[in-house]
Amino acid sequence: MARRMNPGAPVLTRRGFLVASVGAGVGASLAFGFPRGAAAAMDPAVPGGMPPAETEPLFEPTLWFVIDGEGWVTVNIIRAEMGQHVGTALARILADELGADWGKVRILHVDTDPKWGLMVTGGSWSVWQSFPLFSRAGAAGRVALIEQGAKLLGVDPSACRVENGTVFAGGASIAFGEIARRGALDRRFSAEEIEALPIKPASERRLVGRPVQALDIPPKTDGTARYGIDAKVPGMVYARPKIPPTRNGAKVNGVDDSAAKAVKGYVGSLVLDDPSGTVPGWVMVIAQSYPAAIRAADLVRVDWTPGPTSAVSEKDIQDHAAQLIAQPDAGAVLDTGGGDTAAAFKAAQSTLEQTYTTATVLHFQLEPVNALAFEKDGVFEIHTGNQWQSLILPTLAKALGRPETGIVLRTYLIGGGFGRRLNGDYAVPAALAAKALGKPVKMVLTREDDARFDSPRSPSVQRLRMAFGAGGEVTAMEHDAAAGWPSQVMTPSLMPKGANGVLYDPFSISGADHWYSVGAQKVRAISNDLANTAFRPGWLRSVGPGWTNWALESFMDEAAHHAKEDPVAFRLKLLDAKGRNAGSAPNAVGGALRQAEVVRRAAARAGWGVPLPAGTALGLATSFGQERDMPTWIACVARVRVDRASGVVRAEKLTLVADAGTVVDPDGARAQVEGAALWGLSLALHEGTVFERGQVKDTNLNSYMPLRISDVPQMDISFVDSIEVPVGLGEPATTVVGPAIGNAIFNAIGARLRHIPITPDAVRSAIG
Amino acid sequence: MIRFTLNGRATMVDVDDDTPLLWVIRDEIGLTGTKFGCGIGMCGACTVHVGGRATRSCITAAGSVEGAEVTTIEGLDPHGAHPVQTAWKDLQVPQCGYCQSGQIMQAVALLKDFPHPSDEEIDTVMTGNLCRCMTYVRIRAAIRKAAEANHG
Repeated sequence: MARRMNPGAPVLTRRGFLVASVGAGVGASLAFGFPRGAAAAMDPAVPGGMPPAETEPLFEPTLWFVIDGEGWVTVNIIRAEMGQHVGTALARILADELGADWGKVRILHVDTDPKWGLMVTGGSWSVWQSFPLFSRAGAAGRVALIEQGAKLLGVDPSACRVENGTVFAGGASIAFGEIARRGALDRRFSAEEIEALPIKPASERRLVGRPVQALDIPPKTDGTARYGIDAKVPGMVYARPKIPPTRNGAKVNGVDDSAAKAVKGYVGSLVLDDPSGTVPGWVMVIAQSYPAAIRAADLVRVDWTPGPTSAVSEKDIQDHAAQLIAQPDAGAVLDTGGGDTAAAFKAAQSTLEQTYTTATVLHFQLEPVNALAFEKDGVFEIHTGNQWQSLILPTLAKALGRPETGIVLRTYLIGGGFGRRLNGDYAVPAALAAKALGKPVKMVLTREDDARFDSPRSPSVQRLRMAFGAGGEVTAMEHDAAAGWPSQVMTPSLMPKGANGVLYDPFSISGADHWYSVGAQKVRAISNDLANTAFRPGWLRSVGPGWTNWALESFMDEAAHHAKEDPVAFRLKLLDAKGRNAGSAPNAVGGALRQAEVVRRAAARAGWGVPLPAGTALGLATSFGQERDMPTWIACVARVRVDRASGVVRAEKLTLVADAGTVVDPDGARAQVEGAALWGLSLALHEGTVFERGQVKDTNLNSYMPLRISDVPQMDISFVDSIEVPVGLGEPATTVVGPAIGNAIFNAIGARLRHIPITPDAVRSAIG
Repeated sequence: MIRFTLNGRATMVDVDDDTPLLWVIRDEIGLTGTKFGCGIGMCGACTVHVGGRATRSCITAAGSVEGAEVTTIEGLDPHGAHPVQTAWKDLQVPQCGYCQSGQIMQAVALLKDFPHPSDEEIDTVMTGNLCRCMTYVRIRAAIRKAAEANHG
């Protein structure tokens, strides 16, 4: 149970995470009677987030929950809450198996502590990873409660059943709270016993799959929900940074704050000395109030020597990517089952090659990054919302020059994550300033600061090629993708090796290793080193598939037209579930046939093939979600109307069908698909920026224009009923909308768009 | 010294006149339900009511509300049970929740002007409020539901 990710962990894959976290979790669940943390933690269901006091005695059969003398079940959540109602989803898995009364379940988003193991929230992993762990934790509790309840009732355990927070035996019953008060609850389970615990069949579930109000919602409607930006302690000062001209390599030569001294409340400017190298060239402007810090920072003049990328443009980054793709030996080759693509292309009757690009994208999470930091009782406290505590703690330790055990990250709600807060770099400057000043510092970035300090989604260039045989059949495919790699910059020791021995970022190529049977297949992942230097590439909702699936599904459409086949029929033919695409238990039962099924259903629901008015058309795209290891099968049909004169594309309707296995939280699942699909639409038609002179060009809503309510199309979302393993839903719908739109535009006006975001100008010039 | 009424209570703050009302509410008075998003009045997370009108507090000078009635999300209803808040809960609108104080304040003002809003009226008024989680489908539905509850 290392606080940080085990550096010896083999590779950064979802399976690797599962082993690491379940290993830690199961081990932890054997450890009984952990003292309750004195830590603050956060209950998102109560005003201000302050957890209510529990009534002693406490029954704590595993690390993951506690039952108090009043019968309240408090479930410990190590995942960050940023809109996915994750605590509710996870608590109900445990509560269902336990037989708890949902009206007496609380959730507690815990602060960092080594006992929790790996703390990360991302990749649409939470439910998928926690389902087996929390089911078993609940089952362990149920078994222990039955044993004690039976003893107190004077009956045999086999005569007992548990429902609604009560153990029943014939006409007698005893509630959880009474068992906690009167029982001798020291039951222990061996690892083998935990593995062998009986898990309810799907038909006996009472909470999973049923409508339940998310526990975090009421405080989010009355202003009492507490986010990192709301944190405060007595005596704190406020800080706003001066963001240097380049993300990396900037040096401060001098600071002139003479003009700032006129600002009432201005305290001073602090050049940060950062042993961790996280925020080179940062100057913190300190004031007694935040508006004073904003005003003073505008007046402070800093003389910097910028890093080497101060002149870099978007075009430079993309040209570099194209040059790398043109080098046949660049990058890592994935294991896609082999096959000699070169020979297949040589022997092909015809071939198709296209290049697709995507622009730089900002997270633009609505809560600008912030952190409150101070030292108290020998422990450095960082108050902020964070998605990957285990990643930033070692960096904070280095920055502060103290062991990780002397640092705690306090947990808050996150005002939009989307991957920005996987990278906890924003915690470092607040901590350094607090250490230097010896007092609490609350740092808040303005929107413009936040945009310039973002870890944006890298722009990308991809080249796809397909070879066709004499009968028009697909015989080979190649997919080369070049982009900045978050893993290379932030977690290089966790990158796996490709089939050619070259390390690669799995999250930046995921999606290209698709489930279509295409004969010989080669997938090449290329790191754009210029992007990695010019900025810190970030994980942004759906990460790699955000660009790989744009290219793949646009190209599949082009390939269908090349083969003179209907794009739906063409895809269904290739989704034959043969060979490596057959799927396997537990996560991918059914394989490509399940992807074919969502394609079929989406096409049927949307009226594929039914004539539409001129300038209006349907386009389809599909995906297996985030990774082959954890496929979420999804398809989208977009109906668009294109105005030829203006080039304006209006999305009229999105039809989405998802197969995510067991749906734990039906309303939450729908909400995630609604949000993810509209993100996809925003990325396709509305938002994007470019690098100019080493910085993102657009830093606020006057020029960066995410989707608004008036842009929202009709939405038809449905799920395939399933009792398969529950998989992630936060991201997959993001990646199908863009290519569905692009394909629909082609069907509407015959012009093919190969870059997102698709602008009216681009549409007009594609029409020609 | 600036005097105004906040959520029905006489309030007095000692700040410069040009201090944005947002920071007065959040940091001087300590009501943090009103949020900072863009600082240029274009995201709507900081929306409050001044004299009953939806107002972007991040670009409103504190001095300009001298003598005015200001209402924040905390003052909408003592039990958080304004019909708009109830509809928001019933339809589980919030995801991350960060923009929702502003969305709710804007929606309450909308329903004053348009008690039976059309979809176009909803879109036109609410388009100034960004929701980065894209809960827009439910925002529309919750406004319609609150309108029905008001007149049901």
